Amino acid sequence: MLELDAEHVHNLSKRVKELSGDDVTHCIQCGKCSGGCTVAPDMEEIPSRIMRFIQLNMKERALTSSMVWTCSSCLTCTARCPEGIDIAKVMNVLRMMCLAEGYTPKEKHIHVFNRLFIDMIKKYGRVYELGLMVQNNMMAMTPFRDIGLLPAILKKRKIGLLPHKVKALGEVKELFKKGQTFYKRMKVEGWK
Amino acid sequence: MTESSHHENIELLTYSEVIDVKGFVGNFDVTIRMRPRSVDMSRCTGCGDCLTKCPAKVPSEADQGLGTRRAIYKPFSNAVPNVPVIDRDHCIYFTKGKCQICQKVCKAGAINYEQEETIRTEKFGAIIVATGFSLFDISKYGEYGGGRYKDVITGLQLERMIDPNGPTGGRLVRPSDGKPAKSVVFVQCVGSRDEVKGMAYCSKVCCMYTAKQAILLKDHFPETQSYVFYIDIRATGKNYEEFILRAQREYGVVYLRGRVSKIHDPGDKLEVYGADTLAGESVKINADLVVLASAMVPNPDARDLARMLNIPYDSYGFYSEIHPKLQPVESITRGMFIAGACTFPKDIPDSVMMGSAAAAKVCTLFAADELTVEPKLAEVAVDKCVGCFNCVDVCPYDAIQKDTVSGRNVARVIQTLCQGCGNCASTCRSGALDVKGFTDKAIYAQISAPFEADEEEENAYAGA
Repeated sequence: MLELDAEHVHNLSKRVKELSGDDVTHCIQCGKCSGGCTVAPDMEEIPSRIMRFIQLNMKERALTSSMVWTCSSCLTCTARCPEGIDIAKVMNVLRMMCLAEGYTPKEKHIHVFNRLFIDMIKKYGRVYELGLMVQNNMMAMTPFRDIGLLPAILKKRKIGLLPHKVKALGEVKELFKKGQTFYKRMKVEGWK
Repeated sequence: MTESSHHENIELLTYSEVIDVKGFVGNFDVTIRMRPRSVDMSRCTGCGDCLTKCPAKVPSEADQGLGTRRAIYKPFSNAVPNVPVIDRDHCIYFTKGKCQICQKVCKAGAINYEQEETIRTEKFGAIIVATGFSLFDISKYGEYGGGRYKDVITGLQLERMIDPNGPTGGRLVRPSDGKPAKSVVFVQCVGSRDEVKGMAYCSKVCCMYTAKQAILLKDHFPETQSYVFYIDIRATGKNYEEFILRAQREYGVVYLRGRVSKIHDPGDKLEVYGADTLAGESVKINADLVVLASAMVPNPDARDLARMLNIPYDSYGFYSEIHPKLQPVESITRGMFIAGACTFPKDIPDSVMMGSAAAAKVCTLFAADELTVEPKLAEVAVDKCVGCFNCVDVCPYDAIQKDTVSGRNVARVIQTLCQGCGNCASTCRSGALDVKGFTDKAIYAQISAPFEADEEEENAYAGA
């Protein structure tokens, strides 16, 4: 049972607004985001319900939902929202909050993939596909998954054997530095 | 109100009651009972001395029982006319024979205990019925405390509470202990949209006044948090939707989509149990004050009045118009108009519109030198009428009168009252009454036409 009290009822929506700039209290629960969501049909919670969790300060439910991690950031919801809420961005913020607050991500594999992807960007400034595939398979304990596809992919030159770096790697690093400070501040500041 | 009381063409009859209406459009004979006010209206200056000196205190009707009034009182502070009235059921002089304090303090000598009820009958051309509505009795909802919990109040009571001249002087308090209320829960649709305990219809105004009250509370008492339990928000007027959104966004009113299931009173704060179906979660709120948006219902005496005025009413007791879309202010009786919430729950703009429409209809009626009537009227063939007057009994519009033609008693139809329903025509034993264009002869001819044998057709069958 959800117990609402006057002091805290707006906490989560305020926090999300601080972090994303989007006011989720504007959500009128029309469900247009959920109707167009590419992953919602396979989820327990739909995007509009996540927005409702934020409106009613249901932190636990919002941060531990698998929807938050499964969201593929296709931005269909953002493009269609009649209230102009950037829902995909809000989902992103929820992912950050989930990690900063020490919750276990509901979808571990997706979290691991995200982690590896980001690390790769940090290292090369772009994706090293083969490395990402191998590392992801290792982390997921399925080392030989999709291995049969490799010769064909290599033959068609879809991916390279060796990693490539972007020229302006310094600028990419700079971006990451900014992100880190934001994330650290998020952890330190805290909120109720 | 004040303006109309000064208008030269308007006579305001307060503390009076219509007890009988006879006649028809342009010729209504209205009998009015003027109840004894016990205060001489021509002498009273409206100083209000008596109102403060009267020792008898009674729960105030205007303040919805939250405050008290005296036995000599004005219904509310801005009442027109500015003359008090003595409530004889509670006045100490009238119940026990002693007191007369008001008479002693009245400098104008306006108090008159001997005033008696007067009855007057006057002629009127048209009548507009705008008798308003009552509120649904919340005691039917046992799960909300049924009126036993002092901190569970109606929207109208809250309205009185936040009035600076109201019973609490504009302070938002818990009626049980007078402490300030911080957490306020509004419950919509109490009696509305409930086919088991209440009314099937939507009362229309509650969504908006609840939002208004929630905004006012946040404005006047910033530390309050309001929650609104609703089934649907019905905000279909000019700027209404925006108003609701403002309550949610600017004033932080929390809207929860669901009906409150139970209110429990463990002693200190009320526990409100409901649900938010949008989050799919049951909800519990500790509240200082719960405000029920009770349904708009017809007045308890609406049916009696309707029968006296010959106005049809629906199963709830709301007055029926001739046509809900095209003739919304006209009753079936010519010259009798209906306006406002006595026809159905409606808000102020709608009531104003309807009142203006009814007034304009009366002006149109009076401006014409002649009345146009529908040709579909009952007609008496005087030579056939035997004077049994069965028709008089069956006419729902009192449109048939007894008349004498060359010494014989015959029926006469008052054309302005007749609506052409045909009750009299089917009742008339001697066949003297017919509705024009629908004579018995014509109807018989129409019915028998399809059954008349077609000669050619019959021959064809015979040949086959």
